[in-house]
Amino acid sequence: MIEWFHPGILFIFGAILIPFFKGKARQIYIILIPALAIFAVASMSDGQYWSFTLLGREIILGKVDKLSICFAYVFTIMAFIGMVYALHIEKIGEHIAAYLYVGSSLGVVFAGDYFTIFIFWEIMAFASAYLVFARGEKKSIDAGFRYLMIHIAGGLFLLGGIILHYMDTGSLLFGPIEKDGSLAFYLILIGFILNAAVPPLNAWLPDAYPEATVTGAVFMSAYTTKTAIYVLIRAFPDTELLVWMGTFMALYGVFYATLQDNMRRLLAYHIISQVGYMVAGVGLGTHLALNGSVSHAFTHIIYKGLLFMGAGSVVYMTGKQRLSELGGLHKTMPITMVLYVIAGLSISAFPLFSGFVSKSMIVAAANHDHRAIISLLLVLVSAGTFLSTTLKIPYYAFYGKDSGIKAKEPPINMLIGMGIAAFLCIAIGIFPGPLYSILPYPVDFEPYTGDHVTGSLGILMFTALGFFLFLKKLKPEPYMTIDTDWFYRKGTGIFMRIAKGPIVIYENFVSNLSNTAVLNPLYVLADICHKIDKHIVDGAVNGIANLILYIGGIVRKAQTGLLPHYAAGIVLGILIIITVYTMIM
Amino acid sequence: MMKRILFFLGDPANTGRLKKLLYITLAVIVASDFIVHREHAVFIWDKIPGWSAIYGFISCVLLIFVSKFIGHIWLMKDEDYYD
Repeated sequence: MIEWFHPGILFIFGAILIPFFKGKARQIYIILIPALAIFAVASMSDGQYWSFTLLGREIILGKVDKLSICFAYVFTIMAFIGMVYALHIEKIGEHIAAYLYVGSSLGVVFAGDYFTIFIFWEIMAFASAYLVFARGEKKSIDAGFRYLMIHIAGGLFLLGGIILHYMDTGSLLFGPIEKDGSLAFYLILIGFILNAAVPPLNAWLPDAYPEATVTGAVFMSAYTTKTAIYVLIRAFPDTELLVWMGTFMALYGVFYATLQDNMRRLLAYHIISQVGYMVAGVGLGTHLALNGSVSHAFTHIIYKGLLFMGAGSVVYMTGKQRLSELGGLHKTMPITMVLYVIAGLSISAFPLFSGFVSKSMIVAAANHDHRAIISLLLVLVSAGTFLSTTLKIPYYAFYGKDSGIKAKEPPINMLIGMGIAAFLCIAIGIFPGPLYSILPYPVDFEPYTGDHVTGSLGILMFTALGFFLFLKKLKPEPYMTIDTDWFYRKGTGIFMRIAKGPIVIYENFVSNLSNTAVLNPLYVLADICHKIDKHIVDGAVNGIANLILYIGGIVRKAQTGLLPHYAAGIVLGILIIITVYTMIM
Repeated sequence: MMKRILFFLGDPANTGRLKKLLYITLAVIVASDFIVHREHAVFIWDKIPGWSAIYGFISCVLLIFVSKFIGHIWLMKDEDYYD
């Protein structure tokens, strides 16, 4: 009996085997692994597993408690749904990337130390970037590179923070960070909130997600931001800054979503908005608030996955994702539309749908803390969510002006994937008990009170009234919006233009300086050297050579080539030797 | 069945009927807000019946007008802005 098995490792090693399967066998295999992973999560209990010492540091791959189990449940369930939805994809690269992405997210969820978190954090960035590249269009490849660059930068912030944290505390164990305002605190926070897409570090998300493949975007909508929420809950609970950042973020998301024409970009901005609720919940830090953040992450992953699956089906079947080019699809894609609307009602926290039982916890936690402004703003945001996601997209994509596009329902596996997600959205909405039972803290919260139901319906239905009254105002316009990515997409160009002035002047100055002060003396020096070379060195060399030639001439004259001369020479030599010899003796 | 409902919603001939349905729904929601218990109310406005209806409508209108206004004067650019 295995004591514990890491579901993330199941995915990562499972990815390696994908290429060995073909056809039906591969289809079975890619949904079997997530099913096994769900089973592994269901059968695990609290504790610390798979820890060892590496280079004197403790590495913990399996820190299991209620919080990690809850995230692992929704991560594995979403992997199953996403894989069913992606079953028809023939390109195994996408499956492998999705597996590595899910596996590394689970790696972060069970990590007990910063080193492990960092490693999986980086795998996540690369695996998810592949899901953007895989669409293959120039726009996707550009967006994918921007996505990767931003996440590598975020990873470096995190790494810097981890190193400083280790130098301060001497420990790499992952847990609540001392709120001492140190550089380590802020660097780790920046690393985490970049992945949570907190403005102004948010632009990578609406930039990359709409450019990802149809199935890739479904996976991306689930893991990166929610893994960030998980680590924020672990490391930064009860941080006042996050309350305000989260609320601002929730507003920012709906505000931008109202302007979008691209369906998947609109949904991407609503991820930012919904994750804002969770960030605010982390910041509030009470048990109710943290339960709210966890449960909202849980329901969000499923309904947001379903929203991206629904919008993705439209993209897949029509090749278009701009609302201004769509319309009238209720005639040809009715099942897709109904499933999409179920997700829309869930994200809007409509009673009997999943968002209602989770989002309300965070708002209730703000109320308990007597934070009037936060509470009012979060309710305002829920009106905006309903407005764009549940009213605007269905109205302009499925009704509105008939675009005359001849579309069909998507393949059956895509519909089944969406069906499972829709079932969970409704089931959690009606029976929140099972979800509440796996939350990290005991739940003392009842979502279905009379005033809460009528209050929510009032907010939502009067938003609907506003929508229909100002329908013309909301007509999708074929524009794009600039976000903080302006600074690195356009700003760098302007920076270069501004920088060019001073840089050119500096460059001219340096080259002038080198011409006059450095080069001229060098010329003079070279000239002197040249003269020395020519007259003294060359003279000496030539002189020696001439001398040798002269001596050679004399010696040459001795070489007459006549035998009598040589014989005379030999005799003369012998005589000299004998004479010298006798004189010495 | 489902298809018929969707077609019913999409048929311009039914716009009048749908409008009536919406108004009735809104009236029922506001009316029921008067009769529910409010033991959870924390803020003063939570105690006002019909508050959520007013606030929901204001939120929606504010969002539409503020975002579209800022969008048009500043944030919305042509599709090839970055190219």
